[in-house]
Amino acid sequence: MFGDLSLVSLIVSLMIASTPILFAATGELVVEKAGVLNLGVEGMMLIGAISGFAVAVSTGNPIVGFLGAAAGGAIAALIFGVLTQYLLSNQVATGLALTLFGTGVSALMGQPYNGLKPPPSPRLDIPVLSDLPVVGPILFSHDIMLYVSLLLVAAVWYFLYRTRGGLILRAVGEDHNAAHSLGYNVILIRLGAIAFGGACAGVGGAYLSLIRVPQWTQDMTAGVGWIALAIVVFASWKPYRVILGAYLFGGVTVLQLNLQALGVNISAAYLSMTPFIVTIVVLVIMSANRRKTSLNAPAMLGRIFHASH
Amino acid sequence: MSALLEIKSLSKAYPGVQANDSVSFEIQPGEIHALLGENGAGKSTLVKMIYGLVRPDSGEMLLHGQHFAPSKPGEARAAGVAMVFQHFSLFEAMSVAENITLGMEDAPARTELSAQIRKVSAEYGLPLDPDRLIGDLSVGERQRVEIVRCLLQNPKLLIMDEPTSVLTPQEVNTLFTTLRKLSTEGVAILYISHKLDEIKALCNSATILRGGKVVGTCVPENETARSMAEMMIGGELAMPAARDFQPGETLLELSGLSLPSLDPFGTSLKDITVTLRAGEILGVGGVAGNGQDELLLTLSGEIPVAPDMVRLKGEAIGNLGPVARRKRGLLAAPEERLGHAAVPEMSLTENAFLSGRVRNGLANRGFIQAKKRDAFADDIVKQFDVRTPSISNQAKSLSGGNLQKFVIGREVLQNPSVLVVNQPTWGVDAAAAAAIRQALRDMAEAGAAVMVISQDLDELMEMSDTFSVLAEGHLSAPQPAAGLSVEEIGLMMGATHKEAENA
Repeated sequence: MFGDLSLVSLIVSLMIASTPILFAATGELVVEKAGVLNLGVEGMMLIGAISGFAVAVSTGNPIVGFLGAAAGGAIAALIFGVLTQYLLSNQVATGLALTLFGTGVSALMGQPYNGLKPPPSPRLDIPVLSDLPVVGPILFSHDIMLYVSLLLVAAVWYFLYRTRGGLILRAVGEDHNAAHSLGYNVILIRLGAIAFGGACAGVGGAYLSLIRVPQWTQDMTAGVGWIALAIVVFASWKPYRVILGAYLFGGVTVLQLNLQALGVNISAAYLSMTPFIVTIVVLVIMSANRRKTSLNAPAMLGRIFHASH
Repeated sequence: MSALLEIKSLSKAYPGVQANDSVSFEIQPGEIHALLGENGAGKSTLVKMIYGLVRPDSGEMLLHGQHFAPSKPGEARAAGVAMVFQHFSLFEAMSVAENITLGMEDAPARTELSAQIRKVSAEYGLPLDPDRLIGDLSVGERQRVEIVRCLLQNPKLLIMDEPTSVLTPQEVNTLFTTLRKLSTEGVAILYISHKLDEIKALCNSATILRGGKVVGTCVPENETARSMAEMMIGGELAMPAARDFQPGETLLELSGLSLPSLDPFGTSLKDITVTLRAGEILGVGGVAGNGQDELLLTLSGEIPVAPDMVRLKGEAIGNLGPVARRKRGLLAAPEERLGHAAVPEMSLTENAFLSGRVRNGLANRGFIQAKKRDAFADDIVKQFDVRTPSISNQAKSLSGGNLQKFVIGREVLQNPSVLVVNQPTWGVDAAAAAAIRQALRDMAEAGAAVMVISQDLDELMEMSDTFSVLAEGHLSAPQPAAGLSVEEIGLMMGATHKEAENA
């Protein structure tokens, strides 16, 4: 049944499909490590997708486009940040509102850009290596942003577990009252994490509109933001496992697309469901062992910090 | 000799409260200085100002004769002021070394820090392994982490807020040895505690606060615990009278109660078997984290267990939830006042309703009986001397001791057959603690059974008829409390703890 599928092209498209999820999930991981639950990932991705697209089209430079996407995502995230950190609004409700807001705003911003083509993104092209069979297409001839996403995970891991800044960020997510009494500025640290998470989500969104698709269509993220949220839990808040999770779900997505293209005798509706069903099943299995999960979850996740003195 | 720290007419007001009113005193180098006062007397506000967490409205502090006004804890630490909090500022899922790093201004590299931790902790008789997770440590060991964190910064002044309330007697001795050693090295210690016997044994001088003002100073050695308590409250202290224990019929029976812990740092309950009779006060001692929270949760009904494991007046109720248990007369008051025993954002009336609805008939077909509810809340406030501007104030606006009186009073006034309380006088001043203990005794006198889970041995010895120890999830067989010495109990409590250390 898989006879017509080329394994190499399958792996290549898997990596591309996974990259937006990887960006968004890595950003959200940092946010959650600081003890904040931002459910607005989907909205921030959409805002990033259109801001990146608009900037890339008007400057003709896709890298500047990605910077614009990061800025757009971060600004959207900071709206959430101000509401939840200063005005102490409920994080779940505010995050959901951010997603609705992002959907609407991106549709509005995207009106003039329907049907346009973005400038092509630079790709890695190393003589000899990129031309190797199998290894070449899988490892050495992707677009630059795919490598950036993997470097980002490594950088986040290094920051969280090897630097003092990362230690403080984790401490804030572990017990904000204790961190406050030791003299750390909980709100500023959290705002920083929220902005970083938004920037990553924005870049993830722009990866869809500038590289994977590549064009702007309304609601183009189609649930990827939600999957990214689930992957943070799946990864039990560990950076390297986020890669595993993102590639697993990216893989399921690509596989079901290919099966649909091959005309396998399963309704397309069922196939499109599979990534989401797999997400739910994996989350249920993960959560079954509550003892283990809660060991890694930031203890203050989603809790409002109110300085009492 | 010039003073290390001089406090000159320091004042701080919060909306509606003058927390500190022109407070002045001095601390000399090497002095162990006690700060005494009831709950709400302004001790916490005062030390928070010294540590840079709160800014004074007026007044001045001099450290080494220099103007001292820290705007954040980092500045206070840099100036040589360190603080050990009553509620530890530790992060459970992180290692000892990481926790210590977080409390230091310029922490050295990992390996060097680990070496320093080992060296300093051994020097002061507080052995610590830098790589262990805080969540795996006992309360006494956690306090060591706090102290070692302070010591690594060579403090000139060490502030300790209620350091012994959760320690075994042996751990208290170790702590005192450390503090005396520091004092001989010239480190001044500002010591806050409600345990007046300890202050008498440890401190060179004391400043007494009442209503935010300094009302006196004394040399603790020359005073009795009673005389100091009376200076604090500005009146006579009511001591509970001894009472005869006449056990009646069996009310509560636990048989083979077991519960695997859900929390990664929690303790599993193992085969707990015990009975409570009418008129009995069973004291359950033990170091925190040995299953106290889990025991309370299985008794309150928040975690259901097999029906036979918990029997009330012969009926198997192990699988019933809190409301059904309340209806049958088994009530519980948990340790955590805010967020568990009471909803912080809700008013006292609402909190009274939440617990008293079933037994006191505060609702009729789903509608709140507002008059009955307010009368119930009023009763609690009046009978238990809860100091609050009104019953419509939020629970979180009350001081810890006042809220504790409210939480205990609320359960007592529902006439339970069996009442389970965890840490009934945690952080409560002497007068309020005496009132709470008296209320629990009166209840037992009237024929109810009471289980008091506490880490305060003096309290348990004072009020229990029978006594047992919860260690690593096992409950020892209850013994008559009368014949036991504090030393014997301390050894029972520390037994499992010592083994873990030697391993």
